[in-house]
Amino acid sequence: MINQTIATPPGAVWLAAETGGTASSAAWGCWLVIALPLVSAALLLLAGRRADKWGHLLGVAAPAVAFCLGVWAFFDLLGRPAAERVQDFELFQWIPGGVFDLGFGLRVDQLSLTFVLLVTFVGTLIHIYSVAYMAHDPARRRFFAYLNLFVAAMLLLVLADSYLVLFVGWEGVGLASYLLIGFWNQRLDYAVAAKKAFVANRVGDFGMLVAMMVMFTQFHSVKFDEVFSFASWASPTTLTVIALALLLAACGKSAQFPLQSWLGDAMAGPTPVSALIHAATMVTAGVYLVVRSGPIFEAAPHARLVVLIVGAITLLYGAIVGCAKDDMKKALAASTMSQIGYMMLAAGLGPVGAVFAIMHLVTHGFFKAGMFLGAGSVMHAMRDQVDMRRFGHLDKFMKITWLTFMMGWLAILGVPPFAGFFSKDKIIEQAFVAPDGQVWQAWVFGSVALLGAGLTAFYMSRLFFMVFHGKARWSDEQHPHESPALMTVPMIVLALGSVFLGLILTLAGFDDFLAGALAEGHHGEPVLNAYLIMGATFALVVAGAWIAWRRFGAASATVPVLPPAVDGLIRAARADLYQDTVNHALLVRPGQALVRGAVRADTGVVDGAVRGLAWLLQSVGAVLARLQNGFVRSYAATMLAGVILLTAIVLAVWI
Amino acid sequence: MTVTAYLALASALFVIGAVTVLVRRNSIIVFMGIELMLNAANLAFLAFSRMWGELDGQLAALFVMVVAAAEVVVGLAIIVSLFRTRRTVSVDDENLMRH
Amino acid sequence: MSVLAAAADSGLVMSTAEQWLFWTVGPIVVLSASALLFAKRAVVTACSVMLTMVGLAVLYVGLGAPFLGVVQVVVYTGAIMMLFVFVLMLVGVDISDSFVETIRGQRWLGTLFGLGLLAVLGGALARATFTQVIGVEAVSDGNNPGAIANLLFSDYAFTLEVTGCLLIIAAMGAVVLTHRVRLTKKLTQADMAAVKVREGMRLTPPPAPGNYARHNAADVPALDAAGKIIEDSVPDVLRMRGQVHTLRGVAQDLLPAEVAPVDAAPVDVVVDVVVDVVVEAAAAEPPPPADASAEAAPAEVAPVDVAPVEEGDTP
Repeated sequence: MINQTIATPPGAVWLAAETGGTASSAAWGCWLVIALPLVSAALLLLAGRRADKWGHLLGVAAPAVAFCLGVWAFFDLLGRPAAERVQDFELFQWIPGGVFDLGFGLRVDQLSLTFVLLVTFVGTLIHIYSVAYMAHDPARRRFFAYLNLFVAAMLLLVLADSYLVLFVGWEGVGLASYLLIGFWNQRLDYAVAAKKAFVANRVGDFGMLVAMMVMFTQFHSVKFDEVFSFASWASPTTLTVIALALLLAACGKSAQFPLQSWLGDAMAGPTPVSALIHAATMVTAGVYLVVRSGPIFEAAPHARLVVLIVGAITLLYGAIVGCAKDDMKKALAASTMSQIGYMMLAAGLGPVGAVFAIMHLVTHGFFKAGMFLGAGSVMHAMRDQVDMRRFGHLDKFMKITWLTFMMGWLAILGVPPFAGFFSKDKIIEQAFVAPDGQVWQAWVFGSVALLGAGLTAFYMSRLFFMVFHGKARWSDEQHPHESPALMTVPMIVLALGSVFLGLILTLAGFDDFLAGALAEGHHGEPVLNAYLIMGATFALVVAGAWIAWRRFGAASATVPVLPPAVDGLIRAARADLYQDTVNHALLVRPGQALVRGAVRADTGVVDGAVRGLAWLLQSVGAVLARLQNGFVRSYAATMLAGVILLTAIVLAVWI
Repeated sequence: MTVTAYLALASALFVIGAVTVLVRRNSIIVFMGIELMLNAANLAFLAFSRMWGELDGQLAALFVMVVAAAEVVVGLAIIVSLFRTRRTVSVDDENLMRH
Repeated sequence: MSVLAAAADSGLVMSTAEQWLFWTVGPIVVLSASALLFAKRAVVTACSVMLTMVGLAVLYVGLGAPFLGVVQVVVYTGAIMMLFVFVLMLVGVDISDSFVETIRGQRWLGTLFGLGLLAVLGGALARATFTQVIGVEAVSDGNNPGAIANLLFSDYAFTLEVTGCLLIIAAMGAVVLTHRVRLTKKLTQADMAAVKVREGMRLTPPPAPGNYARHNAADVPALDAAGKIIEDSVPDVLRMRGQVHTLRGVAQDLLPAEVAPVDAAPVDVVVDVVVDVVVEAAAAEPPPPADASAEAAPAEVAPVDVAPVEEGDTP
């Protein structure tokens, strides 16, 4: 069952989306989508305490109106013929630099609008949730300002029509992420977590910058359409370099291996931040970047293989870490990492896989955001307790949270007909399709994806059962209660999305819709029968969930309040597979040694030279100062000595 | 021999004046040493003037005298005012400027 | 003089007359100039230098520059050296230069440099070759001052003007430098009388020495009606020098048993010849420091408290 891929010039396929046609007013209005949250953020930050009373309302309104505009643009897009759906338009001339003349432009197409709708819709819900969640925080206005700033930057990221504009949004979300992770920066570990996320992202940004520099030197352009048109004839080496640099950027932003270490610590931020930024939207920007740069990756098969490997490693890495974490939010973060690994894997599979990557991204945005909001609700009820070993039996006290969380749980497990089934199972199926005729790849990545599904089922079920089922293990001081409506309503909406979104998207032909923006894909046949894969997946999921039930959910199961001593693998998983240790040993220590050496060289050589010069001059000055004794007779003696010397020289020369 | 003898005399006088400036501490005597050096120069001027048969050397000597007169007036005025304030004419005591 | 010069027109060799002149005057000039180095008292030095200047004037005349010889005598001996002596008197004629060297090695250095200078000058002289002496008789044409005047007011007119300016400036500079701004009102005779009454000083002039005495010499103090010695009657200079004659020496029979000898009068008070004593007293200035203490004390310290009072130039 070897996949018969028609040999077409790589890149040419991806250019199917023409950039012709005129931009409609609705699409052109997309700049408002970015501007509204940005202006709102600026207002909230500049108005200061005066805006404390109404700041959160403005903060909610901005993404809500942006969502309405996005819907308008979306229906406008649907009304256009398929060939004219990709619309590029320039807002203003940005960098007029001779051969490099870059405008500040937006690209409105199926892909970007999908993101716009996801970001604004989920964003609006989380804003509403935050109104209640942050009600008692004195800095709630600032929180909303940062959230709006994030939304604006994220929208700029997805709407950009060139890598440089994208980079502005890319940095903007990084900044917002930093500000929000460290929102409670009065706690040192939170501030350190923010810094860690920022630094890890900088490593990725380095890749982004390298990619843009290579593009500039090779293509003299960073605009998407121009770069992609060059990609069809550029040398494979150049494209591989660009693709790998872009992948580095994606790894940094999406917490993929080997830059994954910051995501767990990023849970230091308020839970709505974790839901919006570190689950639904920002961390998926890497996937967006890889999918958007599809023509480049398509022309660089080696880089695509690296994408697959990174995705597969991260998928398993996150799943293993998620199995051992007792911190509810960190377990969810590990799950996010793992799910983005799925997306990355799919994005590396080519145009068809990319469609499912985006689809999984959308469904994941709903159910993971819903689960994070549920986690926030639980924390709200349990006095900010996050240790799952001290939960249990919450289903009786928090019915809505329990039910909405259950929807998310079933969705991520991929139980039909929940949302995850339609996206994740498709990815697993695509992973079994041999790309470029490499059958071993199909087996390796398919198996990894399949194994990941089982692990996902185990750790998500573990989380779900430990929190909501089993015996109550909390202390008497905690009084679990349901959260207010402002918090539950967004959870309910997201839960509805978790249930129906996959079905709706599939029925509505989302893959065909999105494929218009990407390229024509070539549906290859998996190396295994599709129904067999589906059955195996379901069996593994059920097995994983059943094990979790036996150990953590059933009436007979006992969950110790303190983590028991266990074998090496689980200890390693609890310690994030020693990622921090490895980073510390490989990067931090040598870096510190390098810096220390540089400092020593600076003080010893550079400063030493300067100080030595100063010392020399001082010494000479001290000696000369003795000549300056104020005795006029000494000066006269000096003059006379000079006269004698000069006369002697004249006499000597005169010979 | 003619010129050489006068120049030798001028040299001797000049050296005496120079050593006076170096060795003596009474500023008035130091000043006299300077005058002696000027006179030694004048002697050389006149000797050369006679050697070349031109009067320019004599004129130069004349101007030297005029300038010396001006210098003496100012110099002695300085010495007097210094003596008024410091009660001394020793050049070694006038070293405040180094600070 | 033109005779002497004419004798030397033969070129490189001096005429006998000139040789006589040179070898007579030359050593005198050098020897008298050496007083600069070796004479202890400044007055002696000044007088020696005067001799040097006169000797040089003679040599100038011998060199065919009678005008300059005269100018030398007039300007140097008559004006400049007189000014030196005048200043010497002003600052204290008997200030002698201490030969104790304060700068370590300065004297040896001076000697060394002097010898070095002599050596290089001698070397230059030995190396030099001179043309035949032409003599200035031709250009002087028997009227040396006239010839100089011709040149001075033609070719050197501008230089002359500039030198004139320099002289005026120098004169003004001397005036400015020696000028003292009056810090207090000028005292009239009435003011001085008032001060004397207030301070309990003598209103009348001091009694002349020798009054009521056997001797009327200035160094013999006067006696008052009670037969006591009036110290003020002896001039300050004599008292300072300790040259006052005691009564014991001149009139034993008049000496009362209890009268203390005048020799006990303080001798360490220097009478300032520059500063008017009465004005100083009126201005309530501190007494000028004794010369001995000024010599002994560190150079910077002793005069400082005097300077601001005397040096203030603007009221």
